[in-house]
Amino acid sequence: MAQSPQHLFELQATQKPGRRHKNGSSGPHFHRLLAQFSLCRALALLFLVSLCAAPHTTARAQEPPYFVTYSEALEEPGNLEVAQKGTTGSPKDANAFYSATLELEYGAKAWWTTELYLQGQATANDSTIFTGFRWENRFRVLPTEHAINPVLYIEYEDVNGADKSVLEVTGHDGIANFQGRNAAGRGDISRTMEGKLILSSNPKGWNISENWILEKNMMGGAWEFGYAVGASRPFALAAASRACTFCRQNFSAGAEVYGGLATVHDFGFQDTSQYAGPTAYFNIPHGPTLGFSPQFGLSDNSAGVLWRLTISYEIQQFRDLFSKKEAQ
Amino acid sequence: MRTSRTWWITLILLSISTVALVAAESSWLSKVPPADRQRVNPYADRPEAIAAGKLLFEENCAKCHGSDAEGRHGRPSLRSERVAHATEGELAWLLRNGSLHKGMPSWSSLPEPERWQLIAFLRSLPRDGPPAALAHH
Repeated sequence: MAQSPQHLFELQATQKPGRRHKNGSSGPHFHRLLAQFSLCRALALLFLVSLCAAPHTTARAQEPPYFVTYSEALEEPGNLEVAQKGTTGSPKDANAFYSATLELEYGAKAWWTTELYLQGQATANDSTIFTGFRWENRFRVLPTEHAINPVLYIEYEDVNGADKSVLEVTGHDGIANFQGRNAAGRGDISRTMEGKLILSSNPKGWNISENWILEKNMMGGAWEFGYAVGASRPFALAAASRACTFCRQNFSAGAEVYGGLATVHDFGFQDTSQYAGPTAYFNIPHGPTLGFSPQFGLSDNSAGVLWRLTISYEIQQFRDLFSKKEAQ
Repeated sequence: MRTSRTWWITLILLSISTVALVAAESSWLSKVPPADRQRVNPYADRPEAIAAGKLLFEENCAKCHGSDAEGRHGRPSLRSERVAHATEGELAWLLRNGSLHKGMPSWSSLPEPERWQLIAFLRSLPRDGPPAALAHH
């Protein structure tokens, strides 16, 4: 979104002359402000897309209420989901933070979902910065349903050391990730390939999903491992015969456990962070899906509590907006 | 020697592609196991299940298959002869598994009772009737 001239003037006025770079460029302060505006733009874009898409939106079809764990559920082909995933916490010996992730998930095929994440975070007594992006793809392996349904996940990450989104935990990720200053972390860029084996089952209305994670920083370092496990169930398995917002079938709840499994050199739980917590989703009919979860650190290397929030809209048949085919 | 190996690799790839294409192109109806084919809808003809199925249809299916279930943008009509002649078990199998190569996703994340409610609604639709007919359900 373009800033108004008045807004840009106010932005320039907030820059103190003494903090400008010697060579006349705006310097680190300006870059920090620029990064803040990148995040603001991303969030503004989210709301703009959501507003534009309002007539096409609906709640997701019973997606399990997980924040870290993936299930076999893919985006329906042609649909675009726009989501904001937030994580906040106040870890030991670190400033409180809020991490925002804008998620754009598109169903390319019935067996293939592709997803782009844009991430940023704000830390108290520090700054607000853009921390990077991720591009992930999920592929359904088998053409029909089985007792356990495998999905392959491949992701490319380009994030810096100030990332606090905790979208997964691998290797020795731990509380130190929250304790550094943003200025120090932002220059520590890591480009990583990540693979997951997602195994998911749907017995008697429940969903049970297990993820096994393998991650490699392409700029060096050992192979890292992680896991996530979730179980959930809707409050009602059959739908009500009348339209209602607060019917039981619109709510689902569960729990998830996830953490790191160290590296190929020291596989195990030693010096890793582990989290567990209850999760809940509320699918508003013909509206957004809201999610909430407090997740508790289980090891010394974990943050005490991470509070997670999500709001997502699904734009059904987004591709039809660009299609000229006549209805048949 | 190298030419021979290249031919073998090409032949194997072509065979795999052909098998995949045939598998993808064959009708989903032919893939339904006999046991699934015989299944019966526990919600059949129940008015409250049909009403619930209509709401589920509007929420999950109408955007692709049209609010009148007659199909749109090249996606099939659900009031066709083929759907009308399919058994409830066959429709249940399709909803659970999808037909991934034809663009129909799996709806296994919908609880099974909701999938049966959807089928009860589909069964209540008039065959190739006028779009206005849906408004009476």
